[in-house]
Amino acid sequence: MVHSIDPTLHLKMYEQMITIRSFEERAIELFEHNLIRGNIHPCIGQEAVSVGVCSPLRREDYMVNTHRGHGNCIAKGADLKRMMAELLGKSTGYCKGKGGSMHIADFEGGNLGANGIVGAGLPIAVGAGISIQIRGTDQVVACFFGDGAVNQGTFHESLNMAAIWKLPVIFVCENNQYALSTPIREAISVSRISDRALAYGIPGMTIDGNDVIEVYKQMKEAVERARTGKGPTLLDCVTYRFFGHFTGDPGRGITYRSREEMEEWMGRCPIKRFREYLFREKILTEETEKGILAKVKTSIEEAVQFAMESPFPLPEEATQDLFY
Amino acid sequence: MKEDHQIWLELYRMMVKIRRFETLTGELFAAGKIPGFIHLSIGQEASSVGVCSTLRPEDYITTTHRGHGHVIAKGGDVKRMFAELMGRSTGYCKGKGGSMHIADFSLGILGANGVVAGGFPIIVGAGLSIKLRGTDQVAVCFFGDGASNRGPFHEALNMASIWKLPILFVCENNQFASTTSFHYSTSVKSVAQRSIAYGIPGRSVDGNDILEVREAALEAVERARKGEGPTLIENRTYRLRGHFEGDPQRYRTKEEVENFLEKDPIKRFQEFLKNEKILNEEMDRQIWQAIDSELTDAIRFAEKSPYPQPMEALRDLYAEDVDPLFQRSLA
Amino acid sequence: MNLRELTNTEAMAEALREEMIRDPSVFIIGEDLVAHGGIFGQFIGLPQAFPGRVIDTPISETAIVGAGLGAALTGMRPFVDLHFADFTTCAMDEIVNQVAKIRYMFGGQAKIPLVIWAPDGAGLSAAAHHSQSLEAWFIHTPGLKVVSPCFPYDVKGLIKASIRSDDPIIFFMHKKIFSSKGPVPAEEYLIPLGKAEIKRKGKDVTLIAYSIMVLHALEAAKELEKEGIDVEVLDLRTLWPMDWESIAESVTKTHRVLIAHEACVTCGFGAEISARIQEELFDELDAPILRVGAYRVPIPFSPPLERFVIPGKESLIKSIYKILGKEMN
Repeated sequence: MVHSIDPTLHLKMYEQMITIRSFEERAIELFEHNLIRGNIHPCIGQEAVSVGVCSPLRREDYMVNTHRGHGNCIAKGADLKRMMAELLGKSTGYCKGKGGSMHIADFEGGNLGANGIVGAGLPIAVGAGISIQIRGTDQVVACFFGDGAVNQGTFHESLNMAAIWKLPVIFVCENNQYALSTPIREAISVSRISDRALAYGIPGMTIDGNDVIEVYKQMKEAVERARTGKGPTLLDCVTYRFFGHFTGDPGRGITYRSREEMEEWMGRCPIKRFREYLFREKILTEETEKGILAKVKTSIEEAVQFAMESPFPLPEEATQDLFY
Repeated sequence: MKEDHQIWLELYRMMVKIRRFETLTGELFAAGKIPGFIHLSIGQEASSVGVCSTLRPEDYITTTHRGHGHVIAKGGDVKRMFAELMGRSTGYCKGKGGSMHIADFSLGILGANGVVAGGFPIIVGAGLSIKLRGTDQVAVCFFGDGASNRGPFHEALNMASIWKLPILFVCENNQFASTTSFHYSTSVKSVAQRSIAYGIPGRSVDGNDILEVREAALEAVERARKGEGPTLIENRTYRLRGHFEGDPQRYRTKEEVENFLEKDPIKRFQEFLKNEKILNEEMDRQIWQAIDSELTDAIRFAEKSPYPQPMEALRDLYAEDVDPLFQRSLA
Repeated sequence: MNLRELTNTEAMAEALREEMIRDPSVFIIGEDLVAHGGIFGQFIGLPQAFPGRVIDTPISETAIVGAGLGAALTGMRPFVDLHFADFTTCAMDEIVNQVAKIRYMFGGQAKIPLVIWAPDGAGLSAAAHHSQSLEAWFIHTPGLKVVSPCFPYDVKGLIKASIRSDDPIIFFMHKKIFSSKGPVPAEEYLIPLGKAEIKRKGKDVTLIAYSIMVLHALEAAKELEKEGIDVEVLDLRTLWPMDWESIAESVTKTHRVLIAHEACVTCGFGAEISARIQEELFDELDAPILRVGAYRVPIPFSPPLERFVIPGKESLIKSIYKILGKEMN
């Protein structure tokens, strides 16, 4: 099974995971230097979900994103320069500085946008699914949401609708086990989020979200089902955010998570695991890795430089873009 | 007479009372004596009575736009109900609510609701309040199949389940959300199946069999009172009238409706009681007659009651008095 | 009086603590309250002081607000934390169709002692989903009362009064004033709902404001004082019921009015106040009433854009010169 993914794709996925990690680390630094305003919600630790889910997608497929969405943007093929510029509030950013970290969209790349409202993306994914069905294309929609969103009414309404109409939507729960500070075990009364698929008569599975190959395989199957008109799937990818909820979370979430728990999960780092696997399978060598790391470093630094050198928008631009 | 038999007769009497209330309401509406819209529950009486017969006066219910039956079964006063339907000042809500918004807080009836699924979050609050106050009350949320696809259903069932609230979620699956069939609108075969998503018991019962409904409700009420949490009950039933009085009902065939007339819960229970020799023709006649005379009195009361003064429209908005005139421009 | 300096957050926590001691039916419900102490740390200490009475919920705004309502109808006094005023939209049916209407629709049978606490306002680069000022929607909805104070003294007194009120209250608090300090008496006191207060006496122009705009108004007044312009700053504190008497009294004295809020000008609460003044006190006015508020766009993320969109001291000063028909230096 493992070898059904070709080595080139393996390496591309590895590079993407490293890119996401480095992008986030750099963004945190810039935030700490007050160059990024507001707040950011880093996805460090969840890279396998972003990359595993987006890898089987085509450019024209859609993706609906969350507040913790940098990784998903990158995995869906967003331009690092324009992302970083948006984080810095610059006019060259994806949203010309109007959106910021929590609201990055890239419609040309099928990225229908990140959202500041928990659970708000699910109905939008349903809409994209209806549109695909009406237009008769074989696109699919990857709808990301966190474990916190599964108790929003929008989850229920959206999964039911997608199920009755057999829409090509893959509902991907990035289950990092905390809705801000609330542990998922206290927020639902079933043991697995995927159990909820039974309430809609659709396939649902809970998978190791820190195993990028596993995520990729399950997603690939779900995408196949969606493309062939067999309807939606619910994927519950269990993972962990190493960082806190956001850059302002004291002690990276120590108020609501134990140090032991955090350390245990950091031991299950998805990048480390994938790296070990790649070395074991002789897909990755010290030499190739060096090349990848250098390439990523350059692209991140270029993005930072681009963002830093870009101008802020003119104040009057605040009144533009409201209506077509 | 056995105790069971007495209860059964009482259940029967209550179902007949609802049937007659609804039938007369339909007639009054047709005669132009009730303004607005009405939604009749004819055909669903077993659900109202089966569930409410297991409750105490201090237990809570929330009901729906099709709620006359629940209010009557929970002990509502038919005089004040008719008066409300006719918009009179003696009505439950002094004419402010009408058919879709009847409440009687003294009987634990937290109100009918014009918004589909409007009762779910409220019942969670009632359940939470019971838990915080430490009483052994229970709370029942009646809802239709249409409501089961709305977000509040999901949020409420999840919350009630994580906190083990003393709640019965009672779906009256009458097969149609307004005009949309249950099978089209819902991705699973039964609403009860959705209980799996919340780790709570779910039961789908023949909602036109009063004893089966009552038995399921008794079990769920007991569970709730013991602090074991909520239950989802689906009463599979059928509304024999349109969604509202005047509904052209283009979404179903006459044959389908006639087929369900055979499963009429009152007729079925009547036959059962007669077969069991608990009810005879004479008793039955007396039951219907007594109810009709009570309802006729109630209608007379309502018709004789005055309409509210127009200025009353400005009252009751806040508990702390705000000058009614302040609600509009001072001009 | 024994005055201490407290932040708005501390004043609110103190009010909650006192009310929870006083009345066992008061409880707090919302997301991230127990381990986290509220997303702004506003409830720190309360979960430990009142075990079981500070309740963490899943992210389910509809059910949170609805549960507050159901508990209010059945003998409790819930205090609902909505995280951000922006999230009222996720519970709009509960607020507008249920909370606001249930008492009236049922002919006055019910009491709804419910407080929905919703931090609002921009200025933190929190972007379009976490920066709105939505008070006008709720003032527009019959059945709700709306509060939006600025100073710790008022916050404490109004939180207490809101909790004791038998009517549903939407309590807005601007995120940028959480840490601003002010004197608060140690003794018990309440501030009645529906009462405005003059925060600075003046004779030339009445500046009606609420929430963070009161701070900007006071700064503007201080600067204008140097130019010999005497501004009266009226802090509404409660938006509905509106304290018409205080407004009328001040307008009758100064004959000139500026109304300021951070929400966008179009259909903002300023429009209502202004309309009522011209209906009632037209002959008192020596100049057109002006309004200051945000541009009618979603709140943008980038600091220069956000600063441009939301009003501050400068826009108030400019408008006051305009009202007085004077040139700015």
